[in-house]
Amino acid sequence: MAQPGVIIIGAGPAGVRAAEELVAAGLRPIVIDEGRRDGGQIYRRQPEHFTRSYESLYGSEAARAQAVHRSFDALRDKIDYRPETLAWNISEGHLHVVSDHRTEKLPYSALVVCSGATDRLMPVPGWELSGVFSLGASQIALKSQGCSIGGRVVFLGSGPLLYLVAMQYLKAGANIAAVLDTSRLRHQIAALPKLLARPRLLQQGLSYIAALRKAGVPVLSGITPVSIGGSAEEGVTGLSYRDAGGAAHTLACDAIALGYHLRPETQLADLAGCAFRYDDETRQWFPQVSMEGRSSVANVYLAGDGARILGAEGAENAGRLAALSALADLGHATDAGRVAALGREQARMESFRRGLVQAFPWPATQAAALPDDTIVCRCECITAGELRRVVNDMGAHEANRAKAFSRVGMGRCQGRYCANAGAEIIAHAAGVPLERVGRLRGQAPVKPLSFRTREEQS
Amino acid sequence: MSNPTQADVLIIGGGIMGASTAFFLRQRGVSVILLERWLVGQQASGVNFGNVRRQGRFLSQLPLANRAHRVWLRLPELLGEDAELVRAGHLRCAYGQEGADRMEVYAREARDYGLNLELLSTAAMRSRYPFLGPEVIAGSLSAEDGHANPRLAAPAFGRAAARAGAHIHENTEVKSLSKDGVDFRAVCADGREFTAPVMLVSSGAWGAKMSAQFNEPVPLVVRGPQMAVTEPMPYIVGPSIGVAATTLEETLYFRQVKRGNIVMGGCGRSNSTTEPRTAPVLPEHTLTQFKQMARLAPVVTKLNIIRVWSGVEGYMPDDLPVMGPSATTPGLHYAFGFCGAGFQIGPGVGETMAELIATGATDTPIAPFSIARYATPAQAPVAQAAA
Repeated sequence: MAQPGVIIIGAGPAGVRAAEELVAAGLRPIVIDEGRRDGGQIYRRQPEHFTRSYESLYGSEAARAQAVHRSFDALRDKIDYRPETLAWNISEGHLHVVSDHRTEKLPYSALVVCSGATDRLMPVPGWELSGVFSLGASQIALKSQGCSIGGRVVFLGSGPLLYLVAMQYLKAGANIAAVLDTSRLRHQIAALPKLLARPRLLQQGLSYIAALRKAGVPVLSGITPVSIGGSAEEGVTGLSYRDAGGAAHTLACDAIALGYHLRPETQLADLAGCAFRYDDETRQWFPQVSMEGRSSVANVYLAGDGARILGAEGAENAGRLAALSALADLGHATDAGRVAALGREQARMESFRRGLVQAFPWPATQAAALPDDTIVCRCECITAGELRRVVNDMGAHEANRAKAFSRVGMGRCQGRYCANAGAEIIAHAAGVPLERVGRLRGQAPVKPLSFRTREEQS
Repeated sequence: MSNPTQADVLIIGGGIMGASTAFFLRQRGVSVILLERWLVGQQASGVNFGNVRRQGRFLSQLPLANRAHRVWLRLPELLGEDAELVRAGHLRCAYGQEGADRMEVYAREARDYGLNLELLSTAAMRSRYPFLGPEVIAGSLSAEDGHANPRLAAPAFGRAAARAGAHIHENTEVKSLSKDGVDFRAVCADGREFTAPVMLVSSGAWGAKMSAQFNEPVPLVVRGPQMAVTEPMPYIVGPSIGVAATTLEETLYFRQVKRGNIVMGGCGRSNSTTEPRTAPVLPEHTLTQFKQMARLAPVVTKLNIIRVWSGVEGYMPDDLPVMGPSATTPGLHYAFGFCGAGFQIGPGVGETMAELIATGATDTPIAPFSIARYATPAQAPVAQAAA
């Protein structure tokens, strides 16, 4: 039997650049990707035969998107590419992947996990109504299908994606009711020195805000969401919020794009046994990873937003670094100067990342203020009050214990969309620091797995 | 608030055995300190399938299981919660005549122990449980049994015990146990020491390490059972259902919780150890469960599973637990190694051990579970596991 090869999970910017480095070194990696086409989320490619231009799809990032896509197209016959394939488990040096209900057990000598990120969400009363989408999902609807999520859309939350997606909707001709940011102007001003690490991106962000305003879209900062109005039958009909001065407002809309920057998708790193660390600045857990992409587990490498939220450009660098680390550890000669240069570049990205964290803080205090009847876990329909009850009456001060008692995080999404806010609610109710609440343990399968799944007979 | 380091009874291990014993000791006014390495009910007691079944147990366990049954019915009164107990019955299914015959023999023998089972023909099975597959030709229903939520039961006993005055120390790892003169002494990893004249070792898969410290080694092996849960579907199942098979691979069991999800387990166990906090899950077993579910209840196979898990369980070679007084050390008691079948029986073990410790005797027969059976080279024959 041939030596097990290198497996890359994810064909976004990190995965593509990792594959490129491995191929350049003479390897033929397996690239596993859930998507139908390469590109990941931010450089998501439209379905075959769709014809919107790079400029209209990716705006200022058109050249980068095209570069990543072209690189991947050139790699296609030099790699073992498996699109529409879910990596659902990792056990004893094997990756378990499933595609079209066939599962296969793939041994690896090195695993490069480029699993990306998902939206980080904070509940707001009524967020379970139809018409509420995450910012990322709103972007996918537009990028992949050319659809708006509604006829009159509110963009609510915080973070760079809030303005980027709003801008993309504006350009696509959608009707935007408002862009409502929970962060305050003073946060952004204080973050400027760090944000200047990437002046082009900073400039771009500011231009989005200016363009939105110029088009007559109200862009407000320092707001506090109060509730989403509507009903199960008609979906979203409006949004109530307080402005920076505390005055109450109601806005009519039929769709809301909601999100507070991103959270890393860490299930696979968890299943691989990687150690995690608590990050006090963002109030979330990240897998431990060196600048060169090494995790705490030998032969498991982490790159891209799944490890550290540095954005698409940072993901490209991280993908290269992780692949170079894997190559070095497998005994290939690598260029130390190049590794150092990529590392320096990442340090700049890291400075910018910290600026974003400061400019668009996760509104932790909102969780504490959520009314008891607000649904926290949408999969299992569990309210903030129910979660508080298991903390107060049953002594569940730890995330997994609170999940066991309340079911928060026990549904289809496995806590992807409720764990961050759930942990804040637990910490506040228990009166313990967030770090002490811990994090939900990853459990296979990474996404729901059909009973029709059968083993590939090789 | 007083936080004593000395009590009448020291309990090592806060699973359903230890937590329920603590609760029933407090009901008898006995002072208790319970030491739990992590959190109460987090290991085998919390991650098992949740069968509350007497059917299929070794006959020698039925008196204890009947006692446990009576406690289960009183949970709301005793603990103020029901641990999501659903008394919708426990149904065993047979794929062939041989299995049906075995169920008939068992039903006859179990009747002497007060367990009434209803044997169901193929036609009765078809009409009552139309979602079962065509291979199922007979059934045996224990109408009074059912299922509960293992995540809730042991912690509920732990909290009730604490409310009643038991001193429960979680995140407290015991490094060594000894007996100095009249008192047992537990030295913990953080340096604390607890003493009591009577001690119960109820530390599940870790029990053998504890008993070895009193010159009573037992051949316990550690295994990880494997569970999975599906996304919800309309509520149709009712009883907890298992296959009465002779091979582990065919031994699938499943139940439906009130909110619609199907919980399933069986078909294999991993070689677990007591080292990690969580037991590994073997993807191969999940695939076996998929195949077996297609035979047992094809309707379920329209669903996806959303989560798998395992646990750390202690198994004895004869599939019987270690329960009762030590054979070497006066004042020492054991209740561990329940071989993957401790959940239903747990509250009965707690009530029985509390009675035994407080009064020195119990009418519930537990002699077959004595640790003394491993004191001589001749060991009990290996028995078949029952679903």
